[in-house]
Amino acid sequence: MRTRALALLRGSGALVALIAACIFGVARYEAFLTPENVLNLLRQNSMLGLVALGMTFVIISGGIDLSVGALLAIAGVVAAMVSSRGSFVAVVAGVGVAALLGTTNGLLIARARIQPFIVTLTMLIAVRGATLAISAEQSINVDVGASRLVWLGRGDVAGLPSPIVLLLLAYAFGAVLLRFTRFGRYVYAIGDDAEAARLMGLATDRIVITTYALSGALAGLAGVVLAGRLGSGQPVAGGGWELDAIAAVVVGGTMLTGGHGGAGSTLIGVLLLGVIFNLFNLEGTISPWWQWVLRGGFLLGVVVVQSRFQRKTP
Amino acid sequence: MNWRRVVPGPEYAVVASLVFLVVANSVFTPNFASTGNLWNVLLQVSPVMLCALGMTLVIATGGVDLSVGSTMAIAGAIAGVLVERSMALALVAAAIGATFVGVLNGTLIAALRVQPIVVTLATLIAGRGLAQIISHDGQLVTIDVPAFMTIGRGHVGPIPLPVLIALAAVVASMFVVRSTALGRHVLAVGGNPAAARLAGVPVRLTIATVYAASAALSAIAGVIIAARLGASDAAKLGQNMELDAIAAVVVGGTALAGGRASIGGTVAGALLMQVIATSFNMLLVPYAWSLALKAGIILVAVYLQRPRRV
Repeated sequence: MRTRALALLRGSGALVALIAACIFGVARYEAFLTPENVLNLLRQNSMLGLVALGMTFVIISGGIDLSVGALLAIAGVVAAMVSSRGSFVAVVAGVGVAALLGTTNGLLIARARIQPFIVTLTMLIAVRGATLAISAEQSINVDVGASRLVWLGRGDVAGLPSPIVLLLLAYAFGAVLLRFTRFGRYVYAIGDDAEAARLMGLATDRIVITTYALSGALAGLAGVVLAGRLGSGQPVAGGGWELDAIAAVVVGGTMLTGGHGGAGSTLIGVLLLGVIFNLFNLEGTISPWWQWVLRGGFLLGVVVVQSRFQRKTP
Repeated sequence: MNWRRVVPGPEYAVVASLVFLVVANSVFTPNFASTGNLWNVLLQVSPVMLCALGMTLVIATGGVDLSVGSTMAIAGAIAGVLVERSMALALVAAAIGATFVGVLNGTLIAALRVQPIVVTLATLIAGRGLAQIISHDGQLVTIDVPAFMTIGRGHVGPIPLPVLIALAAVVASMFVVRSTALGRHVLAVGGNPAAARLAGVPVRLTIATVYAASAALSAIAGVIIAARLGASDAAKLGQNMELDAIAAVVVGGTALAGGRASIGGTVAGALLMQVIATSFNMLLVPYAWSLALKAGIILVAVYLQRPRRV
């Protein structure tokens, strides 16, 4: 009961901060609550949101995925390369490559028993290298025929930009998966105590592999959407996104130690970070370098506050 | 006679691989086996070596320091901005500024028990921004002070000065690990923090010290690169250095789980990675593929020393 109350407090801490940031934004900047600004904010953060959702699964299961930025880049490049064969092939190929590499992460972690940190770090290096090699270090233009791919990045559904629709669908799917399915419960069980979960007879290896595959697939989807938005696959896309995704997950209230958190809190984390940077931009006087310092400082502040909660939880 | 010395451990594997690669390259790569290239390899590896030594101590306590590259950039930026005024001031300020980052890392990790990976990830982001701010808001700081540039370009006899600095750091780290209380405390904390605390080891102080040492060594590496290039580029200096340093450490046989520190292994690991990079360069293997191979080597090295399932 107490754990639940604390978890609730943690989750709503980010929500309170988000509401406060929005109220501040409305009070200070006229441009904040315009439809253009709100839609722009959501569209800009939708790709990071997809990556952070995958990261949520991995972190709840007690792991970490540093390769998401690199997987995003290779998915975008692969999708652009095959886009002359049509949008469907492009999307499937892009997401498929990233999901396959994510599965490889999972296999190395679960079966070869190498730390997630090292596996995904080396995946990050290797995939960055491979992406530069297959693209000859050039950005690859999306074929004009692949109109649906471009629509994924730039189009809209009933007035809502399609990346935002995709983001909402993905989070709804993620929330249902975590809350209402056996798989979701197993993810929490493994994050809480992997050894106990294994002794209880859960197929821990398969579940761990699935979380990394899911993280890879969502990073791939983000890469495909980004390629559609930019009209090209960029081999250097997604640099540092692993940090932003981890930050969003942690800020939302999901504990890095695993076993806690959820899709909803990550969405709040993504929005909170997004709103804060939107406010920085509206203010207009904060240099990008100071934004980096504030970003790092904010992440530190959040984990320090979290560590306070953590010690009180039994 | 210690039986461990008879059984080949990871250190022996990395030394054997290093010898094999050097011999193979001497035979197959044109101009590899020349004095000029030998010094070049050692000169190139010096900054990585310095960071990897600090990383060895950090990893031995069971932590990791992702902020080494940003710390290098901060030190390079501070030195670059101040060196026109006074070289002594520039060096002291660079050392203090960088060590402050390490102390911050160490304090948060030790006192608040926040995970090392998150803390140093945050200082990686913030540190890179800070280095840009120090460099007059993202300017390339050119350095035109011959005395300062000697740190990166000077020679003692045939030996480049950075190589001597790295060598001194290697000797000092070996001494610390083998013959000082701090060295034992590091291994104790990494082996079992709870037991170490009960045995009276100052756990927090030890952790704070290794992160400060890692930052200080990174600062020297940053100053060396800035001096060698005659410029400090806050965007590029030390970028991805954390990967190279971690690679050298794990390839050298220091287990990521903590509790062991092999300085000799780290030296061999750093040299191995550099020999591979240099020979690729000389054989004109594309940079992109060399990244993939580097990743493969790290994975194999870690796989060989993975914990067994009980």
